[in-house]
Amino acid sequence: MNAIDVRGLRKSYRGTEVVRGIDLEVARGEVFALLGPNGAGKTTTTEILEGHRRRDGGDASVLGADPATAGPQWRARIGIVLQDADDAADLTVAEMVRHIAGFYPDPRPAAEVIELVGLTAKSKSRIRSLSGGQRRRLDVALGIVGRPELLFLDEPTTGFDPQARRQFWDLIRELAAEGTTILLTTHYLEEAAVLADRLAVLADGRIVAEGTPATLGGRAAEAAKVSWRDNGVLRTEQVDDPTELLRKLVATDADLRSLTVTRPTLEDIYLELIGGDK
Amino acid sequence: MSGTFAPAPGRAPMRTVLSSQIRMELVLTARRGEAVVLAMGVPLLVLLGAGLTKVTNVPGDDRLAFVVPGVLALTVMSTAFTGQAITTGYERSYGVLKRLGASPLSRSGLLFAKTAAVLGLIVLQLLALALVGVAVGWRPHFGQILPALGITVLATAAYSGLALLLASVLRPETTTAAATLIYVLMLAAGGIMFAAPDLGTFGWFVLPLAAHAEALRDTLSHDTSIPLSIWLSLALWAVVFVTAAARRFKWE
Repeated sequence: MNAIDVRGLRKSYRGTEVVRGIDLEVARGEVFALLGPNGAGKTTTTEILEGHRRRDGGDASVLGADPATAGPQWRARIGIVLQDADDAADLTVAEMVRHIAGFYPDPRPAAEVIELVGLTAKSKSRIRSLSGGQRRRLDVALGIVGRPELLFLDEPTTGFDPQARRQFWDLIRELAAEGTTILLTTHYLEEAAVLADRLAVLADGRIVAEGTPATLGGRAAEAAKVSWRDNGVLRTEQVDDPTELLRKLVATDADLRSLTVTRPTLEDIYLELIGGDK
Repeated sequence: MSGTFAPAPGRAPMRTVLSSQIRMELVLTARRGEAVVLAMGVPLLVLLGAGLTKVTNVPGDDRLAFVVPGVLALTVMSTAFTGQAITTGYERSYGVLKRLGASPLSRSGLLFAKTAAVLGLIVLQLLALALVGVAVGWRPHFGQILPALGITVLATAAYSGLALLLASVLRPETTTAAATLIYVLMLAAGGIMFAAPDLGTFGWFVLPLAAHAEALRDTLSHDTSIPLSIWLSLALWAVVFVTAAARRFKWE
């Protein structure tokens, strides 16, 4: 059974449809990324699957239950890293982690979780004194403290510096290696490419492409662009398979120091997908 | 499945979850201790002002016997209703409640924990104010202390329910304004500094503060039992608003 099974999901806010019939399957143990620009419907979709929002239409099953009606027992099996939690709580980092840990039967030790997200030095600071990036890391700590089977990460690394982002990626890989299913939303392509087993691109409430980072949007099948210099003149050719062309080039006395073979990057594909006909 | 990260889900026992949440509510309250002390300023001023000087006309000869129980009732409303509504309204807008909503804490669990924590705080405040009352000459009876406590628990539940309901349906700024306005209206019409408007039994049902104050006067100042209509009134308020809060309460 899949961790997440969604068919024809729909949601409108005041007459504007923001989720327009989404199908989604996430297998157990998989890291799945939902990629898309702001306003594409990523957060709404995630919140419906977390049980925080009602859907207007479609079927949804998360860990075998309907998120709209599932109770606290089900909630204890999922972990949620919120996108916009911005509480000004007077609790310290350690108090908050310990407190939330108290809701689960077998939580990770608070100190261990705080160390994992790199907040040990801040563990006795009040939450209101944290920077934006530090708050996000606390959110991550609170999302994983209960050892969830399924973890929702809604734009988890917004506001992280590059080093914190790398640390976070390591943490996600470690969680995935232990069998945690992860649904990640992000608008960082690099992040989706590095972390996700599979990803879907969401634009305007619809899934416009789905695949692995290597094959998304027919990336592997796209023509390669071969460039080189011939007597100082830049030459470029588009070919499906560059092998033949390269063999020919090597046999000639063309200057191959400047040779490049490129396929569209994930970013090229992504921009094309979300740009539509623009 | 082994190692530090192996998923091991499920939910901690209800009692652990609730006591953890109550402890957090109390820690948070202690952290804003200055606000709690300030909130006792108005009741204390009323106690000393109306209790010891003749600024207002109160029924009967014993001013303290009228004023002190009224002040105790006022404090219950101030903490369980006004303070609770304002705090919860802002917690919601800051995302504190959303974060709790992401955890296995249930909605009714949060409402219960908030009410229980507020009840704990109220007990401390009432003890402090009663001691001030005794120090200036109030002579309470203890024969009816249990009914007095019982009616206070009902009043706390009713106020707390109304507070959480307001905080769920209004924006935090509006909640603050509404809670403060209701507090001031009740202070004026609730029979604390002078007699409440005489509306008969009907009055106990529309003015819960006046009903609670009267119940405390009957028991603590006069050593008599609480009229059935007051029990009914506060029980009704408690059932209606706790149910409404449980239904309408929103995490965000």
